[in-house]
Amino acid sequence: MLTILDKSRLQITIERLACQVIENYIDLTSVALIGIQPRGVFLADKIYDQISNMGVHQLPQYGRMDITFYRDDIRKELHEPNKTDIPFSIEEKNVILIDDVLYTGRTIRAAMDALLSFGRPYKVELCVLINRRYSRQLPIQPDYCGKAIDSIISQKVKVEWDREEVNLY
Amino acid sequence: MQLSTPHLLGIKDLPIADIDLILSTASHFKDVLQRPIKKVPSLRDTTIVNLFYENSTRTRISFELAEKRLSADTLNFSASGSSVSKGESLLDTVKNILSMKVDMVVMRHSSSGAPHFLAKHIPVAIVNAGDGINEHPTQALLDAFSIKEKCGTLEGKKVVLIGDIMHSRVALSNIYLLKKAGAEVMVAGPPTLIPIYIQEALDVRVEYNLKKALQWCDVANVLRIQLERQNEVLFSSLREYNLAYGISKKTLEALNKEIVILHPGPINRGVEIDSDVADSSHSIILQQVENGVAVRMAVLYLLSNAQNF
Repeated sequence: MLTILDKSRLQITIERLACQVIENYIDLTSVALIGIQPRGVFLADKIYDQISNMGVHQLPQYGRMDITFYRDDIRKELHEPNKTDIPFSIEEKNVILIDDVLYTGRTIRAAMDALLSFGRPYKVELCVLINRRYSRQLPIQPDYCGKAIDSIISQKVKVEWDREEVNLY
Repeated sequence: MQLSTPHLLGIKDLPIADIDLILSTASHFKDVLQRPIKKVPSLRDTTIVNLFYENSTRTRISFELAEKRLSADTLNFSASGSSVSKGESLLDTVKNILSMKVDMVVMRHSSSGAPHFLAKHIPVAIVNAGDGINEHPTQALLDAFSIKEKCGTLEGKKVVLIGDIMHSRVALSNIYLLKKAGAEVMVAGPPTLIPIYIQEALDVRVEYNLKKALQWCDVANVLRIQLERQNEVLFSSLREYNLAYGISKKTLEALNKEIVILHPGPINRGVEIDSDVADSSHSIILQQVENGVAVRMAVLYLLSNAQNF
């Protein structure tokens, strides 16, 4: 096991991601943060809390989205759906999709498909905590990245929110 | 996450874990149906045939809509206007349709056991959309979903099924499901329309007095008189039935509590239920229809990767 981010580095990384979002958008009311169920929601929660604590005048919209019915692997296995909660219109919004680990890119492909069922956003960006490079199966790259790592297929990246660290197994 | 069975033939042999899985998945599909684009791509690789050997409005439209909302390709077959009149058997008809690469069959048939027979002979998932006087599993599932949505739980709820219990597949599927989910079940109606040994066979209460039945229950599921299945005279007239067993506003107002009214449709207004009750706030009849699409989406989605036929 190798620790990629320990508790203090994880906190610094989340702060930086929140700062980057604020830096990119002068008007945060045009922004919607959407955490991808189930694990992306933990990161989305942290980033939203961080932005709220930074003394900004306006807050972005915040939602959670389940992508189960949009997956391309349901003929292999059915996954348990989670709650989707997007209580606002995404029309003409700058949507930032948030997930914990970017690996093959298939989840994000499904998430973009799912997102467009809710309307037509102005722009869609991707924010991830860990970017596993050289393992992409689709042409998808993050716009906000906590940390990029090089790993092989047999390794597993686990973001352990209870212990507040990221480990490579 | 998978159902324990490759087909949905009835509630009788369906474990409670499967029922819970269908109902919880249905609640997610209900969310999907509230979105601007009410469609998911899950079954875009699947072709489904709706075989209707018996008339239907709600079930047929509901299944077809559920299939379309899941992006499946759909085929509609009705016995009238087909080669059934030229003497083609059920099995031959289905085998011919399946040879055109169809992945699932939804079937309604006037003979009890028709989908069970088919399940033994063909290697694709079958959903029973009502077979004779046997079962109508998706109706029971959507009734359960609607009661749960309205009352929070099924456990401990007192549910009465009123009317033609003898000829109702909805009643039988509902009894099986409600018992499995821990509800208390009563059947009520004229003695000629209630099977004699039902109390012993299915462990339900029996009541011949409508007022007592309504006084006892939290939820009343009102059933239609199935005149097309009755080949003998079981009550004197529809008017007399209405006087003794029809749900009227007056009867409900005489109760000292609020009850929830369900009806699987089609409604015969003025017979088993009066208009002012069917259209009142007690009734969740149209919610049942709305929930039907979500429940059927869940069933089709969960059966779509069934194997081990």
